[in-house]
Amino acid sequence: MSFLNKIGVIPCDDSLISSEHADQNDSCIIQNISRRSFIKNAGIASSSLVIGIQLTSVNAASSPKKSSQIFSPDVFISMDNKGTVTIMSHRSEMGQGIRSSLPLLVADEMECDWDRVVVKQALGDAKYGSQNTDGSRSVRRFYFRLKEAGATARTLLQQAAAKVWKVKAEQVTIYNHQAKLNNSDKVLDFAQLAEIAATLPVPEKTSLTLKTEAQHRYVGRDDMKIIDANAMVTGQAIYGYDVELEGMKYSVIARPPVLFGKVKSYDATEALKVPGVIKVIEMPPLSAPAVFNMLGGIAVIADNTWAAIQGRDKLVIEWDHGKNAVYNTKQYENNFRKALENPKHIVRNRGDWDKEKKSAAKVISHDYYVGGLAHATMEPPAATAIISDSGVDVWTCTQTPQTAQRNVMGVMKIAKEKAATVRINVTLLGGAFGRKSKPDYVAEAVFLANETQQPIKVLWTREDEIKHGYYHSPSYQKLEATFDKSGKATGWYHGMVNHPIGATFNPAAKQAGSAELGQGDVPFDLPNIKITNGESDTYFRIGWVRSVTNINNAFAVCSFADEMAAEAKIDSKDYLLSLIGKDQHIDLAKDGYKYGNYGENFNDFPIDTARMKNVINVVAKNADWGKKLAKGHGVGIAAHRSFCSYIATIVEVSFIKGKVKIEKVYYAVDAGKTINPDRIRSQMEGAAIFSTSIAFYGEITADKGIVEQSNFHDYELARMGQVPEINVDIIKSEHPPAGVGEPGVPPFAPALCNAIYNASGKRYRRLPLKQFGIV
Amino acid sequence: MIELTINGQPHQLDITPDMPLLWALRDIVKLTGSKYGCGKGLCGACTVHIDGEATRSCVLPVSAAVGKKVTTIEGLSENADHPLQQAWMNLNVPQCGYCQSGQIMSAASLLDKNPQPSDADIDQAMSGNICRCGTYPRIRSAIHQAAKLAKEVK
Repeated sequence: MSFLNKIGVIPCDDSLISSEHADQNDSCIIQNISRRSFIKNAGIASSSLVIGIQLTSVNAASSPKKSSQIFSPDVFISMDNKGTVTIMSHRSEMGQGIRSSLPLLVADEMECDWDRVVVKQALGDAKYGSQNTDGSRSVRRFYFRLKEAGATARTLLQQAAAKVWKVKAEQVTIYNHQAKLNNSDKVLDFAQLAEIAATLPVPEKTSLTLKTEAQHRYVGRDDMKIIDANAMVTGQAIYGYDVELEGMKYSVIARPPVLFGKVKSYDATEALKVPGVIKVIEMPPLSAPAVFNMLGGIAVIADNTWAAIQGRDKLVIEWDHGKNAVYNTKQYENNFRKALENPKHIVRNRGDWDKEKKSAAKVISHDYYVGGLAHATMEPPAATAIISDSGVDVWTCTQTPQTAQRNVMGVMKIAKEKAATVRINVTLLGGAFGRKSKPDYVAEAVFLANETQQPIKVLWTREDEIKHGYYHSPSYQKLEATFDKSGKATGWYHGMVNHPIGATFNPAAKQAGSAELGQGDVPFDLPNIKITNGESDTYFRIGWVRSVTNINNAFAVCSFADEMAAEAKIDSKDYLLSLIGKDQHIDLAKDGYKYGNYGENFNDFPIDTARMKNVINVVAKNADWGKKLAKGHGVGIAAHRSFCSYIATIVEVSFIKGKVKIEKVYYAVDAGKTINPDRIRSQMEGAAIFSTSIAFYGEITADKGIVEQSNFHDYELARMGQVPEINVDIIKSEHPPAGVGEPGVPPFAPALCNAIYNASGKRYRRLPLKQFGIV
Repeated sequence: MIELTINGQPHQLDITPDMPLLWALRDIVKLTGSKYGCGKGLCGACTVHIDGEATRSCVLPVSAAVGKKVTTIEGLSENADHPLQQAWMNLNVPQCGYCQSGQIMSAASLLDKNPQPSDADIDQAMSGNICRCGTYPRIRSAIHQAAKLAKEVK
């Protein structure tokens, strides 16, 4: 017999990049919806207790009747008659450890024995609410909701035991997969309680008692193991690249070298002679906007990947490169510079910067440039699709299965009400960093599976991944500061221009994107602040790469703050603290700036200068800031708030014989409440190294619209020997959980360059550093 | 027909001799533990052992593996009990995990030759393996731990 208890919470829309606000301000609805057919569909027909979280909007929540019609469970907890608890992971695992974190929170709150918990990856389905695993928000958005889900299950089990023993629930203690009758030796296992629990009405949310931090048994522990570790170290873990279906064919695609280029003509004679090549198929050409659509080109279908690659090499294609072929990255820097001479958009304005600049005793001004970046996920994009009478099945490494589902519905012209016939199975992701929230590759696989009426796996080679990315845009920035006669800073100006992400979705978009991410929200307590954006055209697909424009904004902001310290001849750390000034919650609205705050409200997630200063002080203490350094060594500091987390970084370098070496790295992290400290630590370690690649090597350039890099020889990444010890201090915090996956990236590169300045007196305002021959 | 010995098992493969070993392993033998990362021997994700020697399978034609012992991550141990696998799990090394097969195979070859490597030895031996997630510090620690575990076993 199957029963379902449903706990309600939250709405979610999973749209492109504006979904930040969608799963906010939600309330909890509790309903009984036993024997619903979806349980069978979900493959958990044998479960005797199933608890889901229903996501409904605030409006729907006020009307139980209406919300009962929407079944959109976000996370399921289910238990079979052996007491094995299955927790659905509705977020994608890309290395951030979400499969080892969110389910841990649920299991802890429910008082499970973690060894009796199975984590199952959820299909892409709107019923889960947002599954869009980017923006560093999985824990931020789901922490309290999942605690409630776990607490509900625990309470039901407690009530079930009370019913068996004919006592009040208060007399039952739930601990480690068991119910215990107080002051007795009576014990019941969860397995013995599941069926009874499933018949009970779901308790009111207000009646739930959530565990305190001190009561957590798994949450907060530093020794929890990654659930997929065994599979990962034995080669058994399945990524998008690894999916194998019966009768499946392999495909690689020759895509237009220039965005929106088209095939003029092609000759596949030699390609078809390659043993194993079956056929070639012309892909539909792409016109703007790019969104997540297929790029076009010629696909080679073969019996194996090698044949497909060789066949592609033998294609003779004449391209019409189209109008983007005019673009040259180096030349375009002039356009950027000009765009900032008179920037069209004022984002934030406090006091009167222009007046201050005219009357100030001193003005300093420097320009910064950060090159374009590719995601360079170790696993390039891949998707496998099969089309049958029952619909479309896809297995893929995607950060956002619902976006993939919508993409597939677009390709196959499937109506909205038939969304359930498109099943997106989420594999493990071999790195993602934002690339895999853009499912163009899923569309390709489905298109080809439909054309061939065979199961098709589309594999992107490394060259494809580097040459046809959704790049982090190169950016040009102008920073200026004013000082009064006494040398005190009085004003801050920051102009930024890049190719906007918006152009990927709307060809008319010109305004440099995402001032929100580390530019407009600069936390300095100065009377005059002006933040501007220039306009730019866009010639290739721009996307979001781990921490997005925080990368370039934090580089400029934190470097320039250090330049101001040098100008004032004050210690960098002390100067940074003085720029941030008094303890306060910064109100950007006062400066005429409607700040998005990563989709969060300002009550729970204010811009809190006390927390910013605290991470600076903690990291300085850990690094013994001010200590005597070895000859040729230098230290640099940077602090940055992003994704509602506060991170301060100190980097120690040696700069000897003109070569920089990273000697030591310190992080202090205030990410609010945490679940899995080891996975937070690993994210900071990874962020430091990701950022080392950005600072040292990362630069995508194009000439005639064609990306000039192709593989790891010319798009280099940091390697083992370049990485020192990384010390991470996670600050114990009672604030709501914030982001972790991205915020470690932005402060590292400026801390590094500040350290080089400290060591050598040389200031580097352009990344990557390899152009200066110092790495 | 190409005859290969993979993880102790003989295989007869109907493929062209120039096919890189990686694709033969993955697409033909269906051992997907060895990963594709670059196809040019630049990242080490595809690392396997040829007669115990760490080798980039993405640039090695299968013909070059004929008559030799090919060991992949699937054949490194019976039950994930190689000291490196144990150390990898103890220290929670993987993030996304994708490059780790190649990392472990490179490290296994290192420990075979140099059972107590220094940091510098590790940096040198592992410099051909890229990890984009940035697990390098833990890989270094795990190799040291594995060296210790292996010594204790002996």
